[in-house]
Amino acid sequence: MSAVLVVIEHDRGHVPEATLEALTSARSIAGGLGLPVHAAAMGEGAEMVASQVGEYGAEVIHHLTSPNLGDYNPEAWGQALVGCVSSESPAVVMASGTDRGNELMAQLAARAGLPFVANCVDVAPDVSSMTRSQWGGALHEEATLDAEIKLISMAPHTVEASPGPAAGRVDEIAVDVDDSLVRSVIRDRVVLSEGITLSTAPVVVSGGRAVGSEEAFAPLEALAEELGGKVGCSRAVTNNGWRPHADQVGQTGTRIAPTIYIATGISGATQHWVGAMGSKNILAINTDPEANMVTKAGWAVIADLHEMVPAITEEVKRRKG
Amino acid sequence: MRILALVKRVPAPGARINITEDEQHVDDKNLGHAISPHEECGVEAAVQLIEQYGGDATVMSMGADVSEEQLRAAVSVGISKMVLVPTNGSPKDPQATASALVAAIRELEEQDGVFDLIIFGNESADQGGFQVGIRVAHELGRAMVNGIKGLEIPDGQDGSGDGHIVARREVDAGFEVYELPLPACVGVKEGINLPRYPTMKGRLASKKAELVSLAVEADADAHANGRQAQTRLKSPPETATETVILGDGVDAAPAVVDLLEELGVL
Repeated sequence: MSAVLVVIEHDRGHVPEATLEALTSARSIAGGLGLPVHAAAMGEGAEMVASQVGEYGAEVIHHLTSPNLGDYNPEAWGQALVGCVSSESPAVVMASGTDRGNELMAQLAARAGLPFVANCVDVAPDVSSMTRSQWGGALHEEATLDAEIKLISMAPHTVEASPGPAAGRVDEIAVDVDDSLVRSVIRDRVVLSEGITLSTAPVVVSGGRAVGSEEAFAPLEALAEELGGKVGCSRAVTNNGWRPHADQVGQTGTRIAPTIYIATGISGATQHWVGAMGSKNILAINTDPEANMVTKAGWAVIADLHEMVPAITEEVKRRKG
Repeated sequence: MRILALVKRVPAPGARINITEDEQHVDDKNLGHAISPHEECGVEAAVQLIEQYGGDATVMSMGADVSEEQLRAAVSVGISKMVLVPTNGSPKDPQATASALVAAIRELEEQDGVFDLIIFGNESADQGGFQVGIRVAHELGRAMVNGIKGLEIPDGQDGSGDGHIVARREVDAGFEVYELPLPACVGVKEGINLPRYPTMKGRLASKKAELVSLAVEADADAHANGRQAQTRLKSPPETATETVILGDGVDAAPAVVDLLEELGVL
């Protein structure tokens, strides 16, 4: 039976918000095609995802099984998807345009010899044309996709995830995964920080070149801590070695989506903006009222960040009492 | 160790992106160009591995003749050989690009032996298809993991023969660790290292280095099961923002904290 098949990107049973967004997009695409939404999940913890995936609209969850499927493994998971696609012949296969989502779709595309259109922001009802993001979202491309089975990923934050319950029936499919592909499995994990991260923080306090030094980030750390948030930075900062690259917000860093992004001393070059534009609110603190970040932000203070950031921290502390 | 680093010439990141009148290209006539950022770090990773384990590194780019500038930039920081796969002005889709790169890699490996490691960028800064490296690795039958921000050779190995490479991928709270058998492919991300600047000696060497041009064709059946094609480029819809100025200087602190309270983050 034909369907719109969503690849469930999960980490040992934990389904990220991005996959729920993909399921939400899949419901509208499937509605246009008059097809049901199905899902494919595999590997360690796959049996835990069914109720959540059903809640977001999957009629059927294909649980792909093989002795060679365990923890995340892009090659083995990609080959398992080929097995699912050949047995189910979906009209569309889609995932979220995250690291794992795009990687799995590309693995499937390579193995099935199919084209794959990454990071769509809008898809025509028949999925034969779409708008996709280039330059991390700074540019849009209108594209056509001519293939019997259409492979796409949706750019993260294109839609807000919303539930739309469906049956969520689990159907086990045994798939072939070559022994040789075990080579690409996760062997180990290194946990560097517990709790919130840059991509999940409700508040991100970020600094740009104007911060001036590694040490000068201390007041930003203090404010972030008061607000239960994380510190981010621009590419200029990581290029100067003031902060680790893991803190970089931007096209080649992290895409953030906090409740509020406090951007201090950041001019707002395109490559930074595309990482920050998913923020629900933006407050720019800058001495230059014409800075790109200021003109694109919902709120701004025209001030020197070195004075302003401690002043905000003081006021927060005062009100907390 | 034999390493191949793949690079793409793109307008230098950070610039405002304008579109040509025919809506088919980025208008780059007034823009500087660079190696796509993830791939610039891939070049640095190749140079560091060769410095540590010996061997030689090759840089290859598929693109217009002007990509020579980026190939020479890679040589100026320590890559020894450079190869251009000319596209004769016609940009290719990911399937055709991957197919042509496979043909080029096979030819290079036939001449000088297998590359122990092929380093791609996670995705190109411009088109961002997120797939060329994965397609090439699959066609060559080699292990491939994308999103890599750390590479090391296990103790007691030298990065060649039937050894392994340990590759670390950054995730939200830390790293995932992969151990891939060589020969392998990886897609790296910016942040794996801080690329070095060329030395004067490096610059001079890059001017003298020989550019190998390798004309190859994509497989005739690269599009047997379909294709994607660009129709036009356009600017994303601008959400007009009316910026509310909360004030000038430190006197605006109470207004900022009012906003934080209103948004429920305090």
